Amino acid sequence: MLETLQDIGTVVWVDLRFLRRNLTKTMALTLIAPVLYLLAFGYGLGRGTLVEGYSYLDFVIPGIIALTAMTTAFNTSGLKLHVDRLFYKCFDETLMAPVSPFSIIVGKALIGVVRGLMSSAAILAVALAFSPLPTMNLLFPLSLVLTCFAFSFLGVIVALLAKTHQDMTLFMSLVILPMSFLSGTFFSLSQVPDALIAVLYASPLTHACLCLRASALGQPFPWLSLAVLMLFGAAFFGLCFVALKKAIR
Amino acid sequence: MVSKYLHQRGYWAVEKAIEIHNLTKRYKDVCAVENLNLSIENGEIFGFLGPNGAGKTTTIRALTGLAKPTSGSVSVCGFNVASEPEKVKRVIGVVQQHFTFDLDLNLRENMELHARLHHIPKNIRRQRIDELLEFVSLTKQSERLVEDLSGGMKKAAMIARALLHQPKIIFLDEPTVGLDVQIRRRMWDLIRKLSRSGTTIFLTTHYIEEAEALCSRVGIVNQGHLIALGSPSELRGQVGLATVEMLVGGEYTRYEHFVDRQEALAYMQCLPSDVKAVVRDSSLEDVFVKLTGKKVEADGDA
Ligand SMILES: Nc1ncnc2c1ncn2[C@@H]1O[C@H](COP(=O)(O)OP(=O)(O)OP(=O)(O)O)[C@@H](O)[C@H]1O
Ligand SMILES: [Mg+2]
Repeated sequence: MLETLQDIGTVVWVDLRFLRRNLTKTMALTLIAPVLYLLAFGYGLGRGTLVEGYSYLDFVIPGIIALTAMTTAFNTSGLKLHVDRLFYKCFDETLMAPVSPFSIIVGKALIGVVRGLMSSAAILAVALAFSPLPTMNLLFPLSLVLTCFAFSFLGVIVALLAKTHQDMTLFMSLVILPMSFLSGTFFSLSQVPDALIAVLYASPLTHACLCLRASALGQPFPWLSLAVLMLFGAAFFGLCFVALKKAIR
Repeated sequence: MVSKYLHQRGYWAVEKAIEIHNLTKRYKDVCAVENLNLSIENGEIFGFLGPNGAGKTTTIRALTGLAKPTSGSVSVCGFNVASEPEKVKRVIGVVQQHFTFDLDLNLRENMELHARLHHIPKNIRRQRIDELLEFVSLTKQSERLVEDLSGGMKKAAMIARALLHQPKIIFLDEPTVGLDVQIRRRMWDLIRKLSRSGTTIFLTTHYIEEAEALCSRVGIVNQGHLIALGSPSELRGQVGLATVEMLVGGEYTRYEHFVDRQEALAYMQCLPSDVKAVVRDSSLEDVFVKLTGKKVEADGDA
């Protein structure tokens, strides 16, 4: 047990080292896109519009945070592991060390969680300067952490299965990008035609959005969505083990 | 009575350091290793030779758990690699053919990562890293990014890193490629010293003289098949202890092997006068060339 914790610490230690060395660059990189979204959708486009009875800015901020958490968590853990495995080949060293698959997977996912939370916190700080969100309870950070974990694990899976760097980009364009727009991040689910709603509910990001939005705006909390998000997280976590086995060819 | 009991429970059976049983590894269209059988004793320095693409690296990857055998089984220190990977990982140290550093980190951080992954206690970690870096003359480079080190320095660092956790069995895949003479000789001494203290060494190299100098036994593979196995002198005996090296027409070199010098000299008498010929002792390289049908480059690189 203690050893497992230690090993997780070791695996994430490397990535934290790198993060610390490049902190300013990293933060700048992760902040650009969401700040642009915030300006374009929230401030430019959405002035005066009301969605579900809230100003569009208030409505969209939790969505942008969910989006940021997803992309940052996925990209960070996915890309780093991908590089470790296919380019630096130093992941071999981790594989040959007496460290359990559990520690490797959690350790490799943690850097995504750390960065996902950092970026989300930064966005939140920026967003609060634009518009104070009505309420904010503990369910907000809980949903956020869960979102980060789920997408970090997803990043680990894809990185473990990718055979070339194109596989990684392909997954981002085919899955992550569509998901970021088709998950109720920028619009209310009530605006969506029934045919499409099923698709939206199949996206884990939709549930992340629902949870974050409800807890930020003081709506009744969608416990079912939280459960679905957890389920996605658990499924991705489980698939990490399968992917790790597959990575040894 | 007691000894028989212990024997039955496997306590007294001295485990082989490495046991390879019918190992086959097939990739999509190539068979990298085919039906390989090999066992290596504790404390042995075993040289695994073969031309490019013969399957040496693949064998090491199977032994270290990085590749899954298509069929057959491998065990290290008595532990099956497939079913008890974590026990195997505790006893092996590996220098891969290619560099495996985290290039975002400096040299010391890479060493520290390895030490942590192998659970070296904090209080001796630093000291051991310093000793090994000193040994490969990289103390001054320890704070530099690995990316910025020269090729030979990286290779030396790979070796230093693999020794950090004092493994019982060490796999060295072309460890001395690109090393300067000083460090290479120091490596050889180190390998011998490790072997004397009971460490088993599994070494691949294209420098046949390196294998000749170090190894108690060598195996030669070609296209995934083991084609020769024995001590260097046994193998030399198989092709003949004397070799006549001829320069034909000033253009290409031919080799003939003979049981002893006398026969070789007798053969030389019969050569036409325009052939320049010398007789010398056969080397392991002669064995290698004869068996694999190819001349290895004297300075073959990775
Ligand atoms: N991941 C892989 N996918 C497909 N084929 C592979 C893979 N790894 C090795 N091979 C093939 O297996 C064969 C043996 O390769 P291996 O790397 O074991 O040779 P080697 O004896 O180490 O050669 P060298 O002396 O050049 O290092 C080669 O034909 C190689 O192309
Ligand atoms: Mg090789």
